[in-house]
Amino acid sequence: MANARGKSFLAKFGVHLAVLVFVIIWTIPTLGILVSSLRDKDQIIASGWWNAFSSSTQTEAGRLPSPETQVEKDGSFVIEGNIFGDGPARAVSAFGLRSAAPTQYPAGEAADLSDGVTLIINEDGSFVLTSPVAFEGTRGQRIYYASSAPPRFTTENYETVLFSEGIGRSFINSLTVTVPATIIPIMIAAFAAYALAWMRFPGRALIIATIIGLLVVPLQMALIPLLQLYNNVALFFGVPSKTYLGIWLAHTGFGLPFAIYLLRSYMAGLPKELMESARIDGASDFEIFLKIVLPLSFPVLASFAIFQFLWVWNDLLVAMVFLKTDASELVLTAKLNALLGSRGGDWEILTTSAFVTILVPLAVFFSLQRYFVRGLLAGSVKGG
Amino acid sequence: MAAQILSAIITIIVGVGGAIAYFWGANKLLDLIFPSRGVTGMTAVDNLRRQGLIRPWLFIGPALTILVIYLIYPVVQTLYLSFHDRSGENFVGIANYSWAFGDREFRNSIFNNILWLAVVPAACTFLGLVIAVLTDKIWWGTIAKSLIFLPLAISFVGASVIWKFIYEYRGDGQVQIGLLNAIIQFLGGSPQVWISLPFWNNFFLMVILIWIQTGFAMVILSAALRGIPEETIEAAVIDGANPFQIFWKIMVPQIWGTIAVVWTTITILVLKVFDIVLTMTNGQWNTQVLANLMFDWMFRGGGDFGRGATIAIIIMIAVLPIMIWNIRQANREGGL
Repeated sequence: MANARGKSFLAKFGVHLAVLVFVIIWTIPTLGILVSSLRDKDQIIASGWWNAFSSSTQTEAGRLPSPETQVEKDGSFVIEGNIFGDGPARAVSAFGLRSAAPTQYPAGEAADLSDGVTLIINEDGSFVLTSPVAFEGTRGQRIYYASSAPPRFTTENYETVLFSEGIGRSFINSLTVTVPATIIPIMIAAFAAYALAWMRFPGRALIIATIIGLLVVPLQMALIPLLQLYNNVALFFGVPSKTYLGIWLAHTGFGLPFAIYLLRSYMAGLPKELMESARIDGASDFEIFLKIVLPLSFPVLASFAIFQFLWVWNDLLVAMVFLKTDASELVLTAKLNALLGSRGGDWEILTTSAFVTILVPLAVFFSLQRYFVRGLLAGSVKGG
Repeated sequence: MAAQILSAIITIIVGVGGAIAYFWGANKLLDLIFPSRGVTGMTAVDNLRRQGLIRPWLFIGPALTILVIYLIYPVVQTLYLSFHDRSGENFVGIANYSWAFGDREFRNSIFNNILWLAVVPAACTFLGLVIAVLTDKIWWGTIAKSLIFLPLAISFVGASVIWKFIYEYRGDGQVQIGLLNAIIQFLGGSPQVWISLPFWNNFFLMVILIWIQTGFAMVILSAALRGIPEETIEAAVIDGANPFQIFWKIMVPQIWGTIAVVWTTITILVLKVFDIVLTMTNGQWNTQVLANLMFDWMFRGGGDFGRGATIAIIIMIAVLPIMIWNIRQANREGGL
């Protein structure tokens, strides 16, 4: 008995541990960019983000002030100052004079240059360069030093990306695309779903079958013909071919099969008696839809709205095909993709931009998870 | 910026208002032309019948129009274009198809797509199932599920940035700021440029999609697991089955249908995977896939619509069996 209990305790512990490992693996990537986006940009490249809370050490090269700043003191010539100038305080651990040995001397120790010249760099960055004869030339002494900075967190990166990198503008663009592209299909789909669920007319089964078929049609199929169509329409009317109206309608078209499918299966499940009694009371289909079906369908409407919102917000392909690539129409995903090309190694820009783009989906996700999951469960009866 | 917000708000109001006006106006008009109230006997019955014939089409009209323009016409037109040259004007027979199968990059894409299809749906479904089973047993399971589910809300581009940061490479001996190389270096290995590592780089891209989609599989399968009758599991426990036997022989067979749905859903997604490859490698280092290749041909050198359309058709052909299966499934469930 004791043995069995010990075994089940181990099994239980194993389950907790396994889940913990999964959770860590799944959250660490996102945590990484969140932490990085808040770090000082010099620190991001100096140490991994998991070291963000300890001091970061980096080795840098610098140059002491030029000989013009020397003063004569007790018969020797001295250049004094602080290698960090007015910058943020850091702690020097070691310094050197050659790039091959950048940390040859510990901080505070005197380094012997040739001809009796000595250099001391203290931990706080202050230095004293002493020489028995006057320094000559116009360039200061080359030095190398390893310094560590205390962890520094800042919102500077956010200010940079939002206001000077154009992410702020793209954020507005994304909203401009997403909100109408979410609202328009809901209205159109709701009416169609009602008709398909509760009205009798020839061709109904065929339309439903077609919609289920269209659920899985790859978006790629639609791109080239629609691009041609848009170009022709634009040419005919003398208007630009890449407009917000164009992408709203495109997203509406691509979202409709799923919307109709989801709403129809929900509406078809509403109690029949409700409709019948309303009809006996003389209500028309329009009234039944507006006053009974629509209010009752709120949960599924919310589910679809979340889906469509996330899908449009996160979409890159449709935006790249149907919108211009200049600042006025560049949405967040496209902007982020462009930054990956142009600012490839600037992780403070990339991590911060990425976090800005996922902020809205995460907020939607956390506040409306219940509806999201419900929609997912209802929608997964099909294949797309 | 303010002007843009304003114009967006105005368009929303106009668009939504227009839709309301259409539905309301069209229905009102129908009632006016064929009045069913205030008329007597046969006329009322006649008009009601006429209304019943027309009204469904008023309801479904806008949706049908949009579906035809945005999905049905393009499918037909893409098929047409795939038999024409780059401008879409001259008929070239099956030249685009024979080009495709002779093209090295295309064959590479097909190979990679098959690799993705073999790995991603299986990995997502398996991991999703395992996590669903495990989280069902612990008190903080809901929180755990929530966190694993979270990447589903993140865009593919955002996820690509996140993982590119993990795969970040610095020369041997330097401080690694990419997590993966830091771990490798900590364990004594030498850092690698993961996304250009021949063959294996495909798997590093797949990890991103698996990371995103496992949450989806988990949520669906978790709901299915909860639908398994307790008695079947209790009976197995009494019969002395161990946890693995219960999992494989009792639980999995009972949710087989749901597993198939999850698998096919992710399969379709994999066939369309585009954003991840575009942002991570843009098809370099032999990581090209069909969807990205198609996008490439759409715009490469001013665009070759014939070849682009051909690749789209090939993606469509891959999806077709799933489409037919879906319709038959819906038919059997009495959905039609």
